[in-house]
Amino acid sequence: MKRVLLIAVAAVGLVAAEPVPPPDRPLPDTAQEARAQRLFDDIRCVVCQHEAIADSPAGVAHDMRRLVREEIVAGRSDAEIREDLVRRYGDFVLFKPPLRLGTWLLWFGPLAALLATVAGFAFLARRRKPETAPLSDEEERRLADILAADQLRRDPDAKPSDD
Amino acid sequence: MIVELGAFALILALTLSALQAAMAVAGRIRRSPVLAGAANGAAIGAAGAVVVAFGALIYAFAVSDFSVANVAANSHTDKPMLYKVAAAWGSHEGSLVLWCLVMTGFGAALARARDLPFGLKTSAVATQGILGALFLAFAVFTSNPFARLDPAPFQGASLNPLLQDPALAFHPPLLYLGYVGFSVCFSLAVAALIEGRANAAFWPAWGRWVRPWALASWAFLTVGITLGAFWAYYELGWGGWWFWDPVENASFLPWLAGAALLHSAVVTERRGALAGWTTFLALLAFTFSMLGAFLVRSGVLTSVHAFAVDPERGTMLLAILGVTAGLAFALFAWRAPQLKGGGMFAPVSREGALVLNNLFLTAAAATVLLGTLYPLILEAASGATISVGPPYFALTFIPLMAVAFIILPAGPLLAWKRGDLKGVGQRLAVAAGLAIVLALIGWGLFEPRKALSAAGIGLGAWLILGALAETADRTRLFRAPLGETLRRAKGLPLGAWGMTLAHAGLGVFVLGAVVETGYRVEAARPIAVGQSIEAGPWTVRLDDVRIVEGPNYLAEQGRVTISASGARPREVTAERRFFPAGGQTTTEVGLDFRGLDDVYVVLGERTRTEAGAPAWSVRVWWNPWARLIFLGPAIMALGGVLSLMDRRLRLGVGARKKA
Repeated sequence: MKRVLLIAVAAVGLVAAEPVPPPDRPLPDTAQEARAQRLFDDIRCVVCQHEAIADSPAGVAHDMRRLVREEIVAGRSDAEIREDLVRRYGDFVLFKPPLRLGTWLLWFGPLAALLATVAGFAFLARRRKPETAPLSDEEERRLADILAADQLRRDPDAKPSDD
Repeated sequence: MIVELGAFALILALTLSALQAAMAVAGRIRRSPVLAGAANGAAIGAAGAVVVAFGALIYAFAVSDFSVANVAANSHTDKPMLYKVAAAWGSHEGSLVLWCLVMTGFGAALARARDLPFGLKTSAVATQGILGALFLAFAVFTSNPFARLDPAPFQGASLNPLLQDPALAFHPPLLYLGYVGFSVCFSLAVAALIEGRANAAFWPAWGRWVRPWALASWAFLTVGITLGAFWAYYELGWGGWWFWDPVENASFLPWLAGAALLHSAVVTERRGALAGWTTFLALLAFTFSMLGAFLVRSGVLTSVHAFAVDPERGTMLLAILGVTAGLAFALFAWRAPQLKGGGMFAPVSREGALVLNNLFLTAAAATVLLGTLYPLILEAASGATISVGPPYFALTFIPLMAVAFIILPAGPLLAWKRGDLKGVGQRLAVAAGLAIVLALIGWGLFEPRKALSAAGIGLGAWLILGALAETADRTRLFRAPLGETLRRAKGLPLGAWGMTLAHAGLGVFVLGAVVETGYRVEAARPIAVGQSIEAGPWTVRLDDVRIVEGPNYLAEQGRVTISASGARPREVTAERRFFPAGGQTTTEVGLDFRGLDDVYVVLGERTRTEAGAPAWSVRVWWNPWARLIFLGPAIMALGGVLSLMDRRLRLGVGARKKA
């Protein structure tokens, strides 16, 4: 009896635990539908935890997908659709933050970090004077001559890339 | 009784860790081997006590003792035994005990390490003791996993059913071995800064001591993150494996810093150079680990992964992070200018290539850090809310890494001190030519044609071929008789093989990630039994749907047949599970492994077709080369393990007997 009850509860749960949105209706035009899918990947479901509307089972995500498809059919461009979403939900809705004063550091920070570390290393390398200056090409050649003349046998396994 | 023993053991571990720190500090100041030895003993004792506490916690979960609040909140009698045990580290409190277990365990291994000079070792043991005491105090005073409930409930509230999965049972332990393993690098770095050797001979030895810990932690973290990504791939049912979710980023940060540390420690070990930079990275890797712990446990992030959170605990963690990292970096700022650098090197040299590697890895880490924290900072500063997701990282992180990957194969071929770029170019010419040919083949082979994805294929091939070219060069393959090549291959140190494997594994991963991301095909619509969906070359037919009963769930199980022209049809099942205990629903993806590709089937809600017949929403992905995404990091981790087994590293730390 308990099992029957459990199955009954679960069956109800499976069908009606949450108000299941009706299934998505893909656009008949495959090119338009592909555009819609690309947009879905970059639009955040506004009630979810870091999920794109492409992935989210939430009702809001479903409504947002329908909205995007409707706008595509109405002939709007991707940029116009994004603008419309931002008007409704704010910048939060786009996974690609807009470039404006407040996000300037976000967008150029990575390059700045790279340049800063390069500058740091270059500064340290320049500041430190070599304890012994490296040999010039002429000196290297003379050293090679001396080594050859002295009949010093070089280790056959010693090769620059062997460490 | 056993639960009280666990609670007692946890407090004992806290006491022992505090004693360890105090005795090590006193022993260092008085130069007393007796006190230092006692500190080592306390470190081993603390680890033993946490083992007892963790064992007691697992016991409470195994027997479903619901008088323990943590068990009642996170377990259920219907759960299979594996998940009862795994639930012990599935909650904030339990996972914190696991964190402390790994931390004191590594601390005990450090305490047993031979060959370390007295001052360095004692200072490191003291630092590790302070870290252990702080985290144990956090566990005991704010997150006691052994707190009792009165009256005890008859049934537990169960764990999030998404977490009821074998990959996820083992994901946290491996991840923590990585995160917390970096604490030893942190302690060794602090100790090196305190000992402040102005003598240049100190640093090569220090590089050799710190590298095994960095390697082991990095290898564990690689496997841990990959398991997590694999779990997300087949459990969430979204067809993806990496979402640039803040918590994923939080685990990626120590990985990037650890990878930079591994490479920079090589320079310090071989040439005594970059001592300051290597210490900085050693501090940074564990700081990132602690930052990750703070982000996940404090509730400042919204993420699928976040623990049930509590702002007060978050404040405590932030305080621990601020004090430890703050003091360590202050010490660094004070001592680093006095560090005596080692050997000189020309810009074009092995050292120069490793510096470049570090520049890109740290810039990449800075990018991930920025992308993760910026929304928080911006909201706090101006109230504006933004989302930073995959498109941001595709425009910032990926180009950085792409440039680094183009340079990467040249690095191992360059000589130390001063390299010969032209010679390296000649030795890599074949690999480069082949990579370009493969990129062109990839461009022609996959539909639709995508130039960037084809370039990515070339890049992956370049990494693999470049790594192989380096080994071929060192063994004089095709240039010397085969016997000579074999002799040289046998003579290559394990570390060299490890490096080749790790770099080739990275290439394998790049291939998988590029092809899967660029060419996956998705199809979704409601279908009735007997109908089918096409995705790429594959036809997926829904054969039947029935209700099946699991240990603690009920599921709608759809059987589908996956077929394509020229391929044998195969049957897989996809489930939609309902867990009555928590009222949650999860999906169980139907995966058909086809060579390197996956056909990925998700059974969705019950619905109706347009004609009104009963149907199910079915989503199908064809994920080409998805296998490589998870294979690549496994090869990388294997490379790390091989390097770890290198005799030259084993000389350094005597107590790594477990390896």
